[in-house]
Amino acid sequence: MSNFRSAVVTFPGSNCDRDMATALEKVSGSAPFRVWHGDADLPERLDFIALPGGFSYGDYLRSGAMAARSPIMRAVVAAAGRGVPVLGVCNGFQVLTEAGLLPGALMRNAGIRFVCRDVPLVVENSQSLFTAGYGQGQQITIPVAHHDGNYFADDATLDRLEGEGRVAFRYVADVNGSIRGIAGVLNDAGNVLGMMPHPERAIEQAHGGTDGRALFESAIKSLAAA
Amino acid sequence: MKVRVHVSLKNGVLDPQGRAIQHSLEGLGFSGVSDVRAGRLIELEVDENVTDDALDEMCRKLLANMVIENYRIERVAA
Repeated sequence: MSNFRSAVVTFPGSNCDRDMATALEKVSGSAPFRVWHGDADLPERLDFIALPGGFSYGDYLRSGAMAARSPIMRAVVAAAGRGVPVLGVCNGFQVLTEAGLLPGALMRNAGIRFVCRDVPLVVENSQSLFTAGYGQGQQITIPVAHHDGNYFADDATLDRLEGEGRVAFRYVADVNGSIRGIAGVLNDAGNVLGMMPHPERAIEQAHGGTDGRALFESAIKSLAAA
Repeated sequence: MKVRVHVSLKNGVLDPQGRAIQHSLEGLGFSGVSDVRAGRLIELEVDENVTDDALDEMCRKLLANMVIENYRIERVAA
């Protein structure tokens, strides 16, 4: 499929935007549009929007807080409302929670240390447009690299997320203190996914693993089926 | 006038930074500190006509994350 129209948003301090763009191009066959935080509009007829990892605005105030209020995010929120798939990885996940597109918050790792290594995850929901390429309960290995990945939400929110199948990925073993081991969550409509692990860093053998590839393939396939 | 916004973690939200500070205090030989919570102080210089409602909205929209934090607004006499 060579007409996949995706966009990668770059904020000042993003540092995984190129990795994300490369992953999208390798898997879809089409280079994504590159969008700057100060842009007011996204390209038209997008099939997929990615918010990359990094340290937008130097993590000032809170991780993702400033980026969530940048001009481009108004367009991202509107696109998400229209059902466009939005993936936020690492800092992108933090931005999505700060923007109110996903519930909860990402706090400083419980161990205070930056964590950078491959971690095993369980696919908790293989029905979403992002995860349909995985098996339910499948264990996959994806790298993490973050300081603020400690997911938190109140019990009522967590119970609702679990009940609605909105926990997409869970850590097999504790990585950062995340409540209930949550590594990735979906929005109510299922078209917004935020996750701390980096699927774009696991798409070819040279990365040490290819378990992230199915996530992008799933999104592309879901579009082709629509 | 000056406004101080005190942002603190909600009760029940674990504070790893506070805990690390507490451990460091113990390491320095200070005893009797049973808990440490780290917050943030934000000082704003605002016009007199900025209302309490506006300040409240600033806190809810940006200065605090209502999922994990509380805030308290203090107007400081010039």
